[in-house]
Amino acid sequence: MRVMAQMGMVMNLDKCIGCQTCSVTCKQAWTNRAGTEYVWFNNVETRPGQGYPRRYEDQEQWKGGWELTQRGRLQLKAGGRLKKLFGIFASPVQPELSDYYEPWTYDYSTLIEAPLGDDFPVARPKSLITGEDTKITWSANWDDNLAGTSQMGHLDPIVEKVRRESEEKIKFEFEQTFMFYLPRICEHCLNPSCMASCPSGAIYKREEDGIVLVDQDRCRGWRQCITGCPYKKIYFNHKSGKAEKCTFCYPRIEVGLPTVCAETCVGRLRYLGLFLYDADAVTEAASTPDPKDLYQAQMDVILDPSDPAVVNAAREQGIAEDWIEAAQRSPVHALAKKYRVALPLHPEYRTMPMVWYVPPLSPIVDLLREQGHDAEAPENLFGAIDSLRIPVEYLAELFTAGDTTIISEVLSKLAAMRSYMRDVSLGREGDASIPEAVGMSEEEMYEMYRLMAIAKYDERYVIPKAHAEDAHNLEEMGCSLDFDEGPGMGGSGPFGEASGGPVPVAVETFRALKNRQEGDTAASDEQLHGRVNLLNWDGNGTPSGMFPKRGADE
Amino acid sequence: MNFLLWGVLPYVVVAVLVGGTMWRYRYDKFGWTTRSSQLYESRLLRIGSPLFHFGILMVLFGHIGGLVIPKSWTEALGISEGLYHFNALFFGTLAGIATLGGLALLIYRRRTTGPVFMATTTNDKAMYAVLVSAIVLGLWTTLVAVGAGHEAHDYRETVSPWFRSLVTLQPDVDAMAAAPIQFHIHVLVAFLLFSMWPFTRLVHAFTAPLHYLFRPYIVYRSRDAALGAGARAPKRGWEPIGTRDNARRRK
Ligand code: HEM
Ligand code: SF4
Ligand code: SF4
Repeated sequence: MRVMAQMGMVMNLDKCIGCQTCSVTCKQAWTNRAGTEYVWFNNVETRPGQGYPRRYEDQEQWKGGWELTQRGRLQLKAGGRLKKLFGIFASPVQPELSDYYEPWTYDYSTLIEAPLGDDFPVARPKSLITGEDTKITWSANWDDNLAGTSQMGHLDPIVEKVRRESEEKIKFEFEQTFMFYLPRICEHCLNPSCMASCPSGAIYKREEDGIVLVDQDRCRGWRQCITGCPYKKIYFNHKSGKAEKCTFCYPRIEVGLPTVCAETCVGRLRYLGLFLYDADAVTEAASTPDPKDLYQAQMDVILDPSDPAVVNAAREQGIAEDWIEAAQRSPVHALAKKYRVALPLHPEYRTMPMVWYVPPLSPIVDLLREQGHDAEAPENLFGAIDSLRIPVEYLAELFTAGDTTIISEVLSKLAAMRSYMRDVSLGREGDASIPEAVGMSEEEMYEMYRLMAIAKYDERYVIPKAHAEDAHNLEEMGCSLDFDEGPGMGGSGPFGEASGGPVPVAVETFRALKNRQEGDTAASDEQLHGRVNLLNWDGNGTPSGMFPKRGADE
Repeated sequence: MNFLLWGVLPYVVVAVLVGGTMWRYRYDKFGWTTRSSQLYESRLLRIGSPLFHFGILMVLFGHIGGLVIPKSWTEALGISEGLYHFNALFFGTLAGIATLGGLALLIYRRRTTGPVFMATTTNDKAMYAVLVSAIVLGLWTTLVAVGAGHEAHDYRETVSPWFRSLVTLQPDVDAMAAAPIQFHIHVLVAFLLFSMWPFTRLVHAFTAPLHYLFRPYIVYRSRDAALGAGARAPKRGWEPIGTRDNARRRK
């Protein structure tokens, strides 16, 4: 047993309102640079829908992830090592910009500069790739809120599959349809196929916290990882010629701050914490023959941090006490393993994803309510979970490789919690038979409710700090970065836009940010060194410098 | 003059190539990439790029075979002069045409696909000009030889001995001087290409990822603990006032 720690995330889909705050703050923090216009480390897609990039889940087309060979060995779906090398000169399957979208801006200046005339000036869309006029036909979120679903709904690969298998039609008529949002970041997989595809070995998994990163100095732009990742969460920076991906905001995580997407999430639906897992068991678990057993296999790789044997092994591996303690308090471990309500996205890709999802009960609740039923009564809910096959099958294709029993179990737990807690909050006696029906005690049910409904900041985010005490003094050293020349502003070097030093990831030190965030007073201008960056905003008051000073013109 | 061209220049080129590559690797790892343009356009690239690359690799092996392996060796193996030449010319022409065809397609694509053209730097254009010239001139030497049939100049008696003599640091200037003009020009353009090499996107060829065949699939790496949490290494030129020793003492 080789115990390793992994930072993980759980998202409770019932609470996502699809506001895209997470996408925008993430973009502000990480990808507002030339070459990454189309890059969304965090995107929120409406399901049913095609996702981003379009139809990325259709692995027959995109060849992402792993598959088992005839002899049951794990192999990249895009082919073995030699085959990959022979295909290196032009990737056989790689999404093009048209599968993402052509990023654009608007020619705003005509609005103010157009000469006086009879017509209203309009700001025309301009392509950010060619600079020419462009016609906007797609974006990262074009089918938001089921837009266009009556025409394009069948293009969702999951819809296709569910239809094929159940011979029932997913209806996109307004009254019968269901919908939910799926926020996605890189899964920081235990068995990442992006990493396995990289010819240079530039993508690595950090031993300490399992965060998967691309070494920008070693990436040579062979762009195999883009094919390799089944979630299409590696993007090609077309200016620098290097692969980029979600960093799990590692500079923030290292000092105990949550990721930007989690921090800014309006629905407060994201949980961050540690898993302890057995690194030696990963490959074997990922090679489980039946895809429907992969969920269980993944659960088995994850160790119980309260088990003394695991704790001892973790200590032997040099995992620090505070990390072990954090793993024991981990909300993600509780949701995934203890209550078993969080599920991995597409376990059938065999990458062992570490961003987990509590599937949404709301499609079912909404359908019940629209039909005039009491959507809180346990009998109604349990009955609906059994009878409303389409949403359940759809969720099963997303989270359990098609196994509907697991989805039904999870949804039943959520339904039970809903019914049980209604009584409690109305001051009635809790009905012990409800938790019992889903195999839980009243205490457990209440604890789960607390974690899912009212947990505070430090319960949702249990992030132990990285151990770098002795190096601490070096901090603030590299911070004299001229801010105007910060990320994205760097010009082009002598060898083309890509050359020169890499764009720095951490523009200022996050430890200072953490201190400010936990302080009682708003950060002063002085502390901020006059910078404005939403990344630096500590959530208190208005960031200074964001808006011009009142009366400054006079 | 001959001495300068064939006795001194080769070493200058090697110095620039090796020194330049080391310098680039040291100072511009971030710029060391293929600068793939597949995101913009894939259809033509999928034909042109493999055609060109497999062609150029064949050309490369052909050169190694022709320049490095002495004539006496192949003859000892019983490969007759005629057979050798037929092979060299046949595969040489084939590889040359594949390379050139692929390259033509790549350049056509670069010129006509808006986003790809926009992403083409002056550096790329200069590189393409020299690369195309080198290949065209090389193909020319081959075609002249094909045209001349049996009277063809045998470069394995002039260029190859000279090339090998370079390695032993006793350049056989006269051998090279005796080669026909088309070889002289081809070699000179190749010199230019090699001295540009470290400063163009062509550096990607030096990091051909053969180690992929041997490395484990999953790479674990430790966080760089020398840095503070959340901080990054000071970049060269941005070190704070004081010396490294002071910083160390403060710890
Ligand atoms: C054996 C190692 C090599 C590998 C693995 C390799 C791989 C690649 C790759 C992946 C690209 C990017 C294609 C794209 O997506 O746009 C590329 C481009 C290119 N390579 Fe290579 N290459 C190798 C050797 C060479 C050599 C020896 C040369 C020239 C003498 C060369 C010349 C070029 C050129 C000119 C381009 C630009 C093509 C274009 O987009 O117009 N490569 N190479
Ligand atoms: S989800 Fe992230 S870690 Fe997993 S394969 Fe894709 S890029 Fe790699
Ligand atoms: S910020 Fe939260 S609620 Fe809004 S879209 Fe993102 S995950 Fe959903």
